[in-house]
Amino acid sequence: MATFLQVAFDGLLNGLLYALVAAGLSLIWGVMDVINFAHGEFLMIAMYLSYWLGFIWKIDPLISSIAGGAFVFIVGALTYRLVISRTIGKSAMSALLATFGLSMLLKNICLNRFSPNFRLLQDTLLGGKTLDLAGIIIPVPQLVIGIFALALLFVIYRLVNKTRLGWAIQATAMDKEAAELMGINTENIYLLVFGLGGACVGIAGGLLPSYLAVHPEVGALFSLIAFICVAMGGFGSIPGALLASLLIGLVEAFAGFYIAPVFKYVAVFGLYLAVVMVRPRGLFGW
Amino acid sequence: MLTKGKIDRKDLFWLGLLAVFAAIPVTPWFNHSSFAQHVLIQVFLYSSMAQAWNILGGYCGQVSFGHSVFFGIGAYGAGMAVVKFGLIPWPGILAGAVIAAVVAVAISYPCFKLKGHYFAIATFAIVEIFNRLFMVWYWVGGAIGLDYGFTQPGWKNFVWYQSKVGYFYGVLLLFMLVFGIVRWIERHRFGFYLRAVREGQETAESLGVNSTRVKLSAMALSAFLAALCGAFFAQYNYRVDPPMVMSLDMSMKFVLITILGGLGTFYGPLLGAALLIPLQEYTRAYLGGIGGGVDLIIFGLLIVIVVVYQPKGIMGILDRILNGIRRSRSGEGGK
Repeated sequence: MATFLQVAFDGLLNGLLYALVAAGLSLIWGVMDVINFAHGEFLMIAMYLSYWLGFIWKIDPLISSIAGGAFVFIVGALTYRLVISRTIGKSAMSALLATFGLSMLLKNICLNRFSPNFRLLQDTLLGGKTLDLAGIIIPVPQLVIGIFALALLFVIYRLVNKTRLGWAIQATAMDKEAAELMGINTENIYLLVFGLGGACVGIAGGLLPSYLAVHPEVGALFSLIAFICVAMGGFGSIPGALLASLLIGLVEAFAGFYIAPVFKYVAVFGLYLAVVMVRPRGLFGW
Repeated sequence: MLTKGKIDRKDLFWLGLLAVFAAIPVTPWFNHSSFAQHVLIQVFLYSSMAQAWNILGGYCGQVSFGHSVFFGIGAYGAGMAVVKFGLIPWPGILAGAVIAAVVAVAISYPCFKLKGHYFAIATFAIVEIFNRLFMVWYWVGGAIGLDYGFTQPGWKNFVWYQSKVGYFYGVLLLFMLVFGIVRWIERHRFGFYLRAVREGQETAESLGVNSTRVKLSAMALSAFLAALCGAFFAQYNYRVDPPMVMSLDMSMKFVLITILGGLGTFYGPLLGAALLIPLQEYTRAYLGGIGGGVDLIIFGLLIVIVVVYQPKGIMGILDRILNGIRRSRSGEGGK
């Protein structure tokens, strides 16, 4: 029983990490109907930033995460200005393909500059610490990331649903032209949403180097998992993305522990296919 | 519109092009450098792959990111016949291609009801599932893959060791087959069905086109041809393992070469491969040591620029130039 609970906890904590990564993607997808294929590379950039800040100036990832969020906000806004804004109104696939090109570009620039080595920060504030909760071992960095994930999702949810800016974002998502007629500057909304989506993943990336090694390929799997979380949750639904992330974390942990480690992603991707076969627009999709 | 059996100027150009390609091995440039031979073979292989994908993605408008699965099944077909059963590769190549077509139909029948990004992500998921299952399927070699032993070189075993000329003609045959089929489709009723489904599925259905059947046949044909390319890939590299053939990166090559050249055009896949493959091979050869990843940096940048500024790819640029020439000529003629 203790093993079962331990596996379940590990799965949930991993699921919260996925939710944190997926949150920004969900926001972008929901508002602009764009899949940002470079999402995992945005994560990687923030991880490298946090790693170098920690390595050179001994800044803890907890603080670097703010820098990561700010930096990727700018990267996201620039990506929107230079790439995404020019694909809006063209075929649905063009933004995806353009951001795939961008992801290759970013990944290989990091490969070229920083080599393919795995880099992990030592002696961070949280690194290596664990909590013992009645026999269940909870690693502190993962727990902190989980708390961050819940807080960030709550903030985004509130922002979109309870503020004037959020209403403008929703209006833009529902009908761009009608929103423009109501006096909303949709161009700025898109820019802001892309920046915010980047900031979310930047915060996630800033926190990670205290327990996850940075390397140029680190974003690839996170991208795929984040796509699946968002799609399974349903078109731009933030509660849906959270639920799907937790489900994916649990399925991954149980399949990895009780069947075999190699089957964990087979189970995760299989779960996605099974869900969309039954509900073609995801769990909370409309 | 349906000009069956007639040969027009476009066909003459195409046949002339094939004749030029077939004559390449007699040129001294070709015999001088085996690297140039390698690059040329890759160009024809990747343009065939992209053209196979183009049937479904370009003409029929169903953007699949799952083609490395079919490519991989074809590669494993050839590999299993040679390595596991000790046969000549040909029955394995045929079996692999047929299995790939069957798998493609079985997978896409449920997936075609998904729309837009949900379909795209489903095809990503399928690639990952196949990749990981083949990694632990020990009967087909697992993660180690299948390594070819030494066999008698020649057309019977479809391997050559000393010269690449055999491979060159092999890949040229493949190229002719894939491009020939697409040439035939373009002017046949089936091609019109494909484009009708791409332009508007509901409209096509209201005119009596069975869109599900059209999409599934395009998928089966596309997967069959992709699997043949995979078989050639295995024979050419003397080995096959899951990350080599069934990966997202391989899937993206099918898509990106076509996009770069021109989606849904006949010469697009050839142009895309002719630009990209030499760029990739030569940058890797010359910059490989000092700058890892430079070829992919250029490739990534190229993709962004093409998708953003010239969504019709190289064919779009060529069309614009040709139209410009034509217009200035007719302008002069009017004077």
